[in-house]
Amino acid sequence: MSWKKILIPATAIPIVALLAYGLTRDPNLIESPLPGHAAFEFVAPTLDGDTLSLADLRGKVVVVNFWASWCIACIDEHAHFVEAERRYADADFQMLGVVYQDTPENARRWMQRMGGSWPNVMDPGSRIAIDYGVYGVPETYFIDKDGRIAYKQIGPVSRMLLRQRVDSLLALSVGHARTSGSQPR
Amino acid sequence: MTASPRVIATLVTLTLLPGGWPAAFAEAAPQGQQTVTRPELADAELEARVREIASTLRCPTCRALSVQDSPSGMAEEMRGLIREQLRAGRTPDEVKAYFVERYGEWILLKPKAEGFNWTVWLLPVFVLAGGLIFVVLTARRWVQQGQARAAALTERGQEEDI
Amino acid sequence: MRNTIGYLAIVLALLLSLAGAAVAFRAVKTGSSALTTLGRRAAYAVFALGTLSILTMVYALVAHDFSVSYVAQVGSRSTPLFYTVISLWSSLDGSILFWGWILAGYTAAVVYIYRDRHRDLMPAATGTLLAVNVFFWLLLAWPANPFRPVFPVPPDGPGPNPLLQNHPFMGLHPPLLYLGYVGMAVPFAFAIAALITGKVGGEWIRAVRHWMMAPWIFLTTGIVAGAWWSYEVLGWGGYWAWDPVENASFLPWLTATAFLHSVMVQERRQTLKTWNILLVIATFLLTLFGTFLTRSGILASVHAFVEGLIGPFFLGFITLVLLISLGLVAWRSDELSSEPALDALASRETAFLLNNLLLVAFTFTVLLGTVYPLIAEAFRGVKVSVGAPYFNQMSVPIALALVFLTGVGPALPWRRGSPDLLVRKFLWPLAATLLAGLAFWLLGVRHVGTWATLVLAVLAVGLLVGEFLRPAQARRQAHGEGWGRALLNLMAKNRRRYGGYIVHLGIVIMAVGIAMSSTYRREREVTLRPGDTVAYSGYRIRLDSLYAGREPHREFVEAAFSVASAGSSPAQMTPRLNYYPMSAQPIGTPHVRTRPTEDLYLTLMAYASDGSTATVSIIVNPMVVWIWIGGGIMALGALFAISTVASRGEPTRGKGVSSERRAEPAQAGVGGAD
Repeated sequence: MSWKKILIPATAIPIVALLAYGLTRDPNLIESPLPGHAAFEFVAPTLDGDTLSLADLRGKVVVVNFWASWCIACIDEHAHFVEAERRYADADFQMLGVVYQDTPENARRWMQRMGGSWPNVMDPGSRIAIDYGVYGVPETYFIDKDGRIAYKQIGPVSRMLLRQRVDSLLALSVGHARTSGSQPR
Repeated sequence: MTASPRVIATLVTLTLLPGGWPAAFAEAAPQGQQTVTRPELADAELEARVREIASTLRCPTCRALSVQDSPSGMAEEMRGLIREQLRAGRTPDEVKAYFVERYGEWILLKPKAEGFNWTVWLLPVFVLAGGLIFVVLTARRWVQQGQARAAALTERGQEEDI
Repeated sequence: MRNTIGYLAIVLALLLSLAGAAVAFRAVKTGSSALTTLGRRAAYAVFALGTLSILTMVYALVAHDFSVSYVAQVGSRSTPLFYTVISLWSSLDGSILFWGWILAGYTAAVVYIYRDRHRDLMPAATGTLLAVNVFFWLLLAWPANPFRPVFPVPPDGPGPNPLLQNHPFMGLHPPLLYLGYVGMAVPFAFAIAALITGKVGGEWIRAVRHWMMAPWIFLTTGIVAGAWWSYEVLGWGGYWAWDPVENASFLPWLTATAFLHSVMVQERRQTLKTWNILLVIATFLLTLFGTFLTRSGILASVHAFVEGLIGPFFLGFITLVLLISLGLVAWRSDELSSEPALDALASRETAFLLNNLLLVAFTFTVLLGTVYPLIAEAFRGVKVSVGAPYFNQMSVPIALALVFLTGVGPALPWRRGSPDLLVRKFLWPLAATLLAGLAFWLLGVRHVGTWATLVLAVLAVGLLVGEFLRPAQARRQAHGEGWGRALLNLMAKNRRRYGGYIVHLGIVIMAVGIAMSSTYRREREVTLRPGDTVAYSGYRIRLDSLYAGREPHREFVEAAFSVASAGSSPAQMTPRLNYYPMSAQPIGTPHVRTRPTEDLYLTLMAYASDGSTATVSIIVNPMVVWIWIGGGIMALGALFAISTVASRGEPTRGKGVSSERRAEPAQAGVGGAD
């Protein structure tokens, strides 16, 4: 039966195709389900001793950055945040940091050394981190003026990415339809 | 006169697993006093439920381990959150859905049994069941073939000596 | 200088493998024995060159020659000598060099041992083995070159992964595993040789028997050693996480075990020819697949270390092997057909068919679960996880059925069992089983899977012990020997059979250990101040002190505990957290106190920076030690099975059968022995 002679080796094809497909994927990069979601509210203590509520920032474009003083990759992106804070000082923009698995003393020292004057909140119980599906640092969320998560960046933010995302979100007016921001890719 | 093999075999098997007995007993034994405890740990039943849910969730930082097994700080916090939610009366499914909403499906160590995921749950069952049927039918057919051949040979007055 | 020597040796090994393969395959065509000899010499030369290369690497590691790329990646002046030497196989290119060397070693060994035998098969087998060598030396010459010169030469290196420096077992687990993995290439080569030459009957089976058993023994001990290492080192109290790379080592073991059984059906009934060839091909492919998983990064795993081009190279090779071997099977499908016949359903043949079904179904299940995240992503675009809970759930029914068969299979005779004999064999074990089932239930074993495992274990042991005692009893009556002598003689004359039964006993013991330790494991996490005592599960555990220390390659914080329990002298246990210079997170070393009934397992989870408190995880793990003991028994049984006093390398079937007929007249009515 000659069909057997073709069929048997042909079973190799789907196996190889699957593995080849696998080579093009990165199993460690998990896409977040949150973009498009309303950003989870939180009220947390800042490093300065105040309390900050995310709800108060509605109407602004908020960039929420999860970081830690022991995180080496956070050093690279910090300069871009400092620049953004300056660049968007007059716009409806707020930079916000959330300290991940670290102490207030370490965080304060780090901010003093690295610069930047945006508020940073502590995260007792890591509730905020869990709410945002954080699995490592740095991770950064871009929240639009309606309080929806537009985009999640896993890993350090580049200067261009930061500008592009913030600019596009600033351009959208408050109350526009659900299609805010693009999907992560 | 020594004991017959059967008696010996019985005795050996009965004494095979002496280690299992204390362990089986221990499960029912009281846990004893703890001089230093965190208040949550005193409730063994709640802990058991936390453990059960935590072992079906992947630890986001130590990804090879479940939230239950992982030593990382994040896993500890997640266990705390599970405990809180269970105390507040949420069901295990609701707790899991909470995490899936934030982390995505990959946080579940067992794929949700729905839609395409049925493949991974049912295909092994089909393979095993189908294979079993195939083996039984094949064995029966081979026995028939064997008997037919033996019958044919006996007719010729020979006994096959394999 | 070392770079040059090491690399040159690799390139020469590549060229000679290529030339040797070409020569060997030419010998297949022309039948020239001169060419065959030439091919053999090429194999020797490849091994010599591989040895040179690997010795150069070891020398470079020990001498801390950081101009060699691999040394710059894993070497460090502060690493102790032992760990420096074993860092050879700790990762990346060094492990591929290790693989290539073992492969060359197996190739040289096979062609040497069989230099005067199997003349039909050896040219093709040599060619195939050398062709596989070509792939690995090519990898080493190109994408996985461990001898790349590094300039400027760094003064020191990062050292091997801290996890790999924590325990001396790292010296044992990878070599055993590699000897198992790589060895599967040899049966594969013979299967291909059988297909090429068309001699798909008994000859390649006879040639392959030892060459499948030896890697199987290494693979078994390698997997068990890995589980033991995981248990002693990682601190989570478990030994098997169903991590993709762990699964990848398990899959070829399953198919190899299936083959070791179904090959006996082919020996006796001349059937399952295609099946056996496919099993051997699958085993080899699964070893390649395992290496591919580790190095390609297609699945997330703790073991994975990704290296550029290596993934596509492996995929290409796997594709080639798949197409060629399946093509050969299709080509020879006519020669592979047979006219199978069985005498009865209640026979060992049927048991072997079921055994194969279960093992292959298990293979399919684990394979599917392992790659499912990839499939789901391809079809649904979403990442899913398939973790330990899934595998544990899916494997329980199959595992239980296998424990059942490990007892019932040996008790079933070949061909046909008379009802009378079967009743005699099964009566007492079944009675003991029912009794045990009741007893365990009354003792409080309520977990169904565990109860079933224990009950089936009793049945299996009862049947297996019967298989030793009954023929020994017959010997005693026939020859007037004492029990000891009778048993020893019985076993010595039927090594394959009784070695196998010992392996089965080992499996049953291991299954009991696994079942008990999973179900009855209990744990607590407490924070203590020095001087505090916690009572848990019959132990009184007191934190004595918390202190820091330093070793050349790491710093550590250690907690000293005094542990007292009834019926046991007090012990000191010192779990610690190790801090390596190159790692932000500490790596814990648990302290495990092992007893036959249970392990006490302490892990230091955290501590206050002023030393005022320590958080410790206390785990009580029943019967874990039986898992390692079971694994050891399996290895010993298998070694016994392949050991032989015959002058020739392989016992023939005829010889075994006739001697057994003489030794056991009381077994008349059981057609055929073994």
